[in-house]
Amino acid sequence: MTDRRTFLRMAIMGTAGLLVAGCDKISQSSWGPKVLGKAQGLNRRVQALLSPSSAMAKEYTEADISPTFHPNGTTMPDTDEYQALMANNFRDYKLKVTGLVSKPGEFSIDDLKKLDNRTQITRHDCVEGWSAIGKWQGTQLSALLDHVGVDPKARFVVFHCLDNMDVDTPYYESVDIEEARHPQTLLAFNLNDKPLPVSNGAPLRLRVGRQLGYKQAKYIGSIELVDTFAKIGSGNGGYWEDQGYEWYAGI
Amino acid sequence: MTTETVTENVISQSAAAMTPPAPATSKRLVYRHSLPIRLMHWINVISLSLMFFSGLQIFNAHPSLSWGNYNNPDKPLLALDAREDANGNLTGITRIGKHEFNTTGVFGVSKGPDGTPTARGFPSWLTVPGPGWLSMGRQWHFFFAWIFVLNGICYIGYSLAKKHVQRDLWPTKADWRGIGRSIADHVRFRHPHGEEALRYNILQRLAYLIVIFVFGIGIVLMGLAMSPRMDAVLSPIVEFVGGRQAARTIHFIIAWAFVAFVLIHVFEVLISGVFNQLRGMITGYYKVDVEPVSVVKPEPVAVIKETSHD
Repeated sequence: MTDRRTFLRMAIMGTAGLLVAGCDKISQSSWGPKVLGKAQGLNRRVQALLSPSSAMAKEYTEADISPTFHPNGTTMPDTDEYQALMANNFRDYKLKVTGLVSKPGEFSIDDLKKLDNRTQITRHDCVEGWSAIGKWQGTQLSALLDHVGVDPKARFVVFHCLDNMDVDTPYYESVDIEEARHPQTLLAFNLNDKPLPVSNGAPLRLRVGRQLGYKQAKYIGSIELVDTFAKIGSGNGGYWEDQGYEWYAGI
Repeated sequence: MTTETVTENVISQSAAAMTPPAPATSKRLVYRHSLPIRLMHWINVISLSLMFFSGLQIFNAHPSLSWGNYNNPDKPLLALDAREDANGNLTGITRIGKHEFNTTGVFGVSKGPDGTPTARGFPSWLTVPGPGWLSMGRQWHFFFAWIFVLNGICYIGYSLAKKHVQRDLWPTKADWRGIGRSIADHVRFRHPHGEEALRYNILQRLAYLIVIFVFGIGIVLMGLAMSPRMDAVLSPIVEFVGGRQAARTIHFIIAWAFVAFVLIHVFEVLISGVFNQLRGMITGYYKVDVEPVSVVKPEPVAVIKETSHD
């Protein structure tokens, strides 16, 4: 019996193992990921048809807020610049807005609070699979864009962050203008009625209501409007995108 | 669908040798599964398998299931954890509700690519890719999800148009009345080899209907319910099933229900004539016994109108 069981187990593991090994070869080939990646473009286009750009992410009630909001990725940026800002409780912090805008500028958190604000209780879905619900208060990105005046050539908003993921590799992310102008796209400074904790991205992080967690850039230092992100990082539009994740994080 | 079937009268050698005067058992080849059905069946085998393996890779990024909209790390329904002792030895712990099981080697902790124990939910021989590689697992999963969905839409459209669902899958009153006998036959592993084998029995009909219309549609919907962009329009469904983490849990359960179905399906194929069944799904032709006729031998009929079951 043991022999038969061992044989059966070896047979199952062997078959599955062969299949997995074959797939690993394809994953590491130059053509495999390109073919598989075709599906991701389809995801973006079909999802935009099924769920229009104006559709709103569900907003929850205070009772739905999760007891903890799990901080992921960087939880304590170790750059001198960030440490100095943190030591002074971010009073010297200024968000820089650069690139294809008519009025580049610098904005303190108080300056941002004077622009159109929004409070929303939305769900955060990590690419790993977990979710958390938090109450976000922040400046609508569309209000800031209107304030600085966006050049018609601009296609993407890039968020440069103050945390390093690797030596001289700061986190960054990008969204297109349509997503940037969505009413639920915020530069959030409060989480659950308190100033954003350091672990969750103080003093300012991005909230995009309908995309996965890696899009929600923390520790934003500056915003750049560009017509292409090909020359930023490895050219894929974000830190995780440069590691093989999809730029479109709606699924 | 109604197809023309070619008869092939095969004299059963043993029966003829033993009792020459006895009526010969003849076998008939029936064109049972049409080409589109055969193609769609095997496309489904490939896409379901790869979605299952890549799905386990995605699961490994957060090897825990919860109910509700957010996950509660202290009270998972299922978790495949790793625990490290003071000496750095890893123990794989599978938690189901309040129960804990040591599953080192398979769940929670198993051998990594270099052969050393590694903390990972499902072992590398069950995931695509083998090593922990979430972004690539997602590429595989979404690529074959499209193939699965498009193939499924083609199958349902074709089967409705050809009345396959209505005629061969939807149970008749007589099928329902025979459910007791059908269950008894199944548990005794008794299967018809004659004309009756061409008709799906009540348990087959129910199994196929549930797999196609409950598992198939359910797993796609629960997958879409995990997409934040789709949730802008699907949130009523997400909230109805109990939240996004609940949708993830249901997606996982249906995936394993598919595995259970496949195991039973393959088992039934093995015990009911594996070569005949495989030939049926590869070439379309399936062989059935023709009941011996003792007194009057009817004229051999070259072409018989037959309801095939594809």
